[in-house]
Amino acid sequence: MRVGVVVFPGSNCDRDALHAVELAGGEPVALWHEEPDLHGAQVVILPGGFAYGDYLRAGVLARFSPVMSAVRDHAARGGLVLGICNGFQVLAEAGLVPGALLRNASLRFEHRWVRLTVERTDTPFTRAVPPGMTLRLPVAHGEGNFFLPEDQLDALEARRGVVFRYAAPEGNPNGSARDIAGVIDARGTVCGLMPHPERAAEPLLGSADGLLLMRSLVGSGLASAAA
Amino acid sequence: MTTFRFVVAVMPRAGILDPQGRAVEGSLPHLQATEVHDVRVGRRIELAVDAADGGSARSIVDRLAAELFANPLIEAWRVEPLEEPVA
Repeated sequence: MRVGVVVFPGSNCDRDALHAVELAGGEPVALWHEEPDLHGAQVVILPGGFAYGDYLRAGVLARFSPVMSAVRDHAARGGLVLGICNGFQVLAEAGLVPGALLRNASLRFEHRWVRLTVERTDTPFTRAVPPGMTLRLPVAHGEGNFFLPEDQLDALEARRGVVFRYAAPEGNPNGSARDIAGVIDARGTVCGLMPHPERAAEPLLGSADGLLLMRSLVGSGLASAAA
Repeated sequence: MTTFRFVVAVMPRAGILDPQGRAVEGSLPHLQATEVHDVRVGRRIELAVDAADGGSARSIVDRLAAELFANPLIEAWRVEPLEEPVA
């Protein structure tokens, strides 16, 4: 099961993501931003970093790169796409998931461990997470403050679009509306989250909780390929 | 073809966090400028467009403003002809 990890100029979590895919039993393949080709990947990860230097707004320039036209087509066909941190910002700018990521309320880059409740374990991105389990993952971002107007937040919640929420004891690191850490699109095949599962994919890194998300993704990719 | 020059001013929408504005405002007491308030920081983009007429040049800039220069969810913008470059 081939999992593509997009490499933008300025991506800095691509190697970690490729490694985590391998740990989860997938076949990792790096996808260069200038090629509108997924090289047979059944699942695509947009990794963390500072794509195109985060110039103008985080994620916006990456959105118009050639690889993103292939990612958009993939998503339109119901293919799985996971955006992590900067990858979440790219998905939000591209309109593939709802919301915008504003500057952290603290006005600081927040780099620390957080706790997450998993609101849904019935998605392709979370199916390996035992129901009720709280995940411990790191965040590292300056713009992770999830924003939507109140009425759109209500609509997002009503369709169960919130997948991850920041939880006690560390709580909300960035001021996100309703403690939202990750969302899923209406179809349930494109997901973005600010915390980094790939940086917590083996005990040596302080937590292996992220591997559950990577395993979910690899397992779901297999299931969708078989269908 | 004529070259038309525009300026696009982009500002955070009312109620949206404006950390730069807040930070600048926070420094004002150091400049004894305590009568100054409501500081907001946005972005100004200048550009030139080669087009047959001003209307078609303008429509290109309008499209770029909505798709690229601003995120309509969190920012408002205005496109104007560039009369005099700042620098």
